[in-house]
Amino acid sequence: LSIRPVLSDPEKQRGRSAAVAIAALVIAAGIPLWWKTTETYRAWLPAARISELEALQLELRVEVEVVFARGTLSPEQQKKVPASRITYESCCKSKSLCLVEADHALHTLTETSCGSVVIYIIPEASALLPQDMRVYVGRSRTALLRSQVASVVGAGLPEVLAALDPQMEQVLQTMSFNHQDVTAALTDRLRPGLSTRDSLADSMRAFKSSPGYEITFSLLNPDPKHHQLHWDVEAALDAYIYPLLHKMAPVANFSVDSQILYYAVLGVNPRYDASASAYTLSADSLAHVINPVEARLGSNAASSNPVLNFLLYVPDSLHSPLIIRNDQKQEVASNAFHSPRWGGIMVYNVDGAYGNDTQFPVDIAIDMSRVMGVFLSQLRLMLGFQQTGAPPGFVLEAAGREGVAEWELDRLLWSRSVENVATASASITSLAQLLDQIANIVINDNIAQQVASAVTALQAAVAELEAGNLALALEHSREAISASERAFFDPSLLHLLYFPDDQKFAIYIPLFLPMCVPILLSLLKIFREVQQHRAEKRAKRD
Amino acid sequence: MPNIIAVVCASYGLAQSVCDGEDLPARAERFFRSDHTNNWAVLVCTSRFWFNYRHVANTLSVYRSVKRLGIPDSHIVLMLADDMACNHRNPKPATVFSHKNMELNVYGDDVEVDYRGYEVTVENFLRVLTGRLPPSTPRSKRLLSDDHSNILIYLTGHGGNGFLKFQDSEEISNVELADAFEQMWQKRRYNELLFIIDTCQGASMYERFYSPNLMALASSQVGEDSLSHQPDLAIGVHLMDRYTFYLLEFLEDIHPASQANMNDLFKVCPKSQCVSTPGHRTDLFQRDPGSVLITDFFGSVRKVEITMETINLTVPGIPLERFGGEPHTETALAYVDQLPVAQIIHQKPKQKDWHPPDGFILGLWTLILLVFFRTYGIKHLKHIF
Repeated sequence: LSIRPVLSDPEKQRGRSAAVAIAALVIAAGIPLWWKTTETYRAWLPAARISELEALQLELRVEVEVVFARGTLSPEQQKKVPASRITYESCCKSKSLCLVEADHALHTLTETSCGSVVIYIIPEASALLPQDMRVYVGRSRTALLRSQVASVVGAGLPEVLAALDPQMEQVLQTMSFNHQDVTAALTDRLRPGLSTRDSLADSMRAFKSSPGYEITFSLLNPDPKHHQLHWDVEAALDAYIYPLLHKMAPVANFSVDSQILYYAVLGVNPRYDASASAYTLSADSLAHVINPVEARLGSNAASSNPVLNFLLYVPDSLHSPLIIRNDQKQEVASNAFHSPRWGGIMVYNVDGAYGNDTQFPVDIAIDMSRVMGVFLSQLRLMLGFQQTGAPPGFVLEAAGREGVAEWELDRLLWSRSVENVATASASITSLAQLLDQIANIVINDNIAQQVASAVTALQAAVAELEAGNLALALEHSREAISASERAFFDPSLLHLLYFPDDQKFAIYIPLFLPMCVPILLSLLKIFREVQQHRAEKRAKRD
Repeated sequence: MPNIIAVVCASYGLAQSVCDGEDLPARAERFFRSDHTNNWAVLVCTSRFWFNYRHVANTLSVYRSVKRLGIPDSHIVLMLADDMACNHRNPKPATVFSHKNMELNVYGDDVEVDYRGYEVTVENFLRVLTGRLPPSTPRSKRLLSDDHSNILIYLTGHGGNGFLKFQDSEEISNVELADAFEQMWQKRRYNELLFIIDTCQGASMYERFYSPNLMALASSQVGEDSLSHQPDLAIGVHLMDRYTFYLLEFLEDIHPASQANMNDLFKVCPKSQCVSTPGHRTDLFQRDPGSVLITDFFGSVRKVEITMETINLTVPGIPLERFGGEPHTETALAYVDQLPVAQIIHQKPKQKDWHPPDGFILGLWTLILLVFFRTYGIKHLKHIF
């Protein structure tokens, strides 16, 4: 016999209104509160500008100044040349000038900004260039082009320039950039197969664009008992390496240090070759030399910049002299080898400095100019100055003591700017895609700010590249890439641990279900009662 | 007659195997067989507690092989969740053995553990992979790979269908791992990646990969358990897992110049030895596994080029100009005092300050007094007051 409590009407009414009030509170206040408090903070990102970056079109513009020397244009063509372009060369009258002096004199004539090229057209009969050479590229941004222009009959300036076009294009491709360079700078953004073998080798050899590099020069002395080595590395660095690094300052920061390692041996045993009466290292064994040494080298632990190592190895007295042989079993003149993206090793033989009966240890001073000559060329390769194969008919002036010619530096700046712009835009677009996909990553304000500044700098860099201001373009592209890297690699961008949907249900159901079931049931009951009441009323009326 | 000449040259080439025109392409072929210039390894052991000795031994044996084949410590990120060598239950301290009868000590003299103990978490592992580490992290704890790095990732521990357990308290799922690899690919943090996992149901961990240039090996399929190899009665625990045991045996035969390829690696530990069925996944990998050398991932064979061009800097008679001004005079440098030695040696013994007796002593005396007065009567209280 169960006793059901009989509720009077006002109590029932009160019960109903209480249930409705609680349900209203839960739905109106509870659900929004729960939604707001479990939301992840996501600052606003400029999504529209970022999606523009995906279809980025780069236009590179080189400013070229063409100067016609006396004797290249016929008088009527000279009349047709606009007045502003007529300047009289007063310095190159003497025919006995050699090329370098002429180049230096021409360099002082015009002020060249970073990225621009000046081409001097000299008459066909000029004796400045050797007979079979057509173009000479000097150390600064000037080129001498020997060409026959006067033969174009009745021509105005546009026709003259059109006739010179293919040769000038060749000069520009050597001095500024060509299709291979640009695709090499974009190798990791392109489909494989688009770049040629040579450009692939170049891109593998040189370091990727980075805000800084660390260079370490090490002297390896495996035999201190016999050889007491002195190397004046500070003076040598000052004289040979720092000028190059100073010129590269707009590209990256460099930090240089040096060390001496005693009792450090190469990992391979050299073979004695009686015909050359020397110990030899074959090209195959060179690959295994680096690893045992690298464990000893150490690195500057303060930054995450890439490290270039240049090692000078002086073989011990038992294994002197040590020469490196290439694949064709021929001796290598420089006695040095390098490994892409790592650095270089040079073997320096000192057995000629002393005889058999000297008292050990022998004091030996290392000829730093020879050593630095090798290291400098290896450093140039590592930093991205390609071994430019000169097209036929071209004479490229070697950089010499300055380390790098200005047009070579411009070439590097072009490819670096393009690479920076490509990498920065790829970072930003992939970051935006990632943040879109994963809904529960917190986006802090500083990340949004970095992304916005990266996008602004990218657009500025592209604008400067279109305008032809290479130095400004490089600066903006460096800003863009550093901001985008900082945004992408921000430590706070770790998404909250992955919550699959079934786990989400498993967390929330035990919390909310016990509370929601009575509310829902009472609402249902009220709804049914109201419906019943209405049906009764309708029945009564009828 | 050009045909005859061509035939002669070809046969000459076959006999001698050196034809001058052939050398350059052959060398270029060797250079380009794989695109990597450096190697990295991330070796992770995710279990703690003494009875998971075998997971630490697994990781250390792969570490040992990788170091032996040439990858330096600066390029290895080793994460061990617990310390077995100096565990107080280890009867042979400072050793971690991988063979029965203690034949092979994989701990050695120069182990460099980058993440140890409680630092091995899912968060740190994902941070290492994606590169999102706080700026104060030292170089040795970072994965500083670039777009021409080949990375070897080895995970071992306890796992299940779609997850791997870290530290007995959290887990990483296969979706998170696949997303982490995709983020690595977006930033081109690897050229090719080899993923090896030795856990129960290990094949589930590589099911969700979708980034290119990934090759994966696992010790067991979904639904199978990876079993351990042999217990050692002196140490009291199982020393290694079967898959890694046979993997170590295979790697001991590899030397830095070896030409063994990945197809040999896939044959390691067949079902007869392993009881579980090892699996592998190569569909995301671009090259044919038969052309991939073991040393492409486990070793560090550098690409080397002879330096042909040098710059002639020897101009006699020109003194070296100093760049950057006058050399500064050397100031004598001295070490800062690390310890206040003077204070330590000449220190007088400090007067110990008097403290009132603390709670325990007070309570004890109160108890004694109470018992005394209860037994002998309250009238003795007059002796105190």
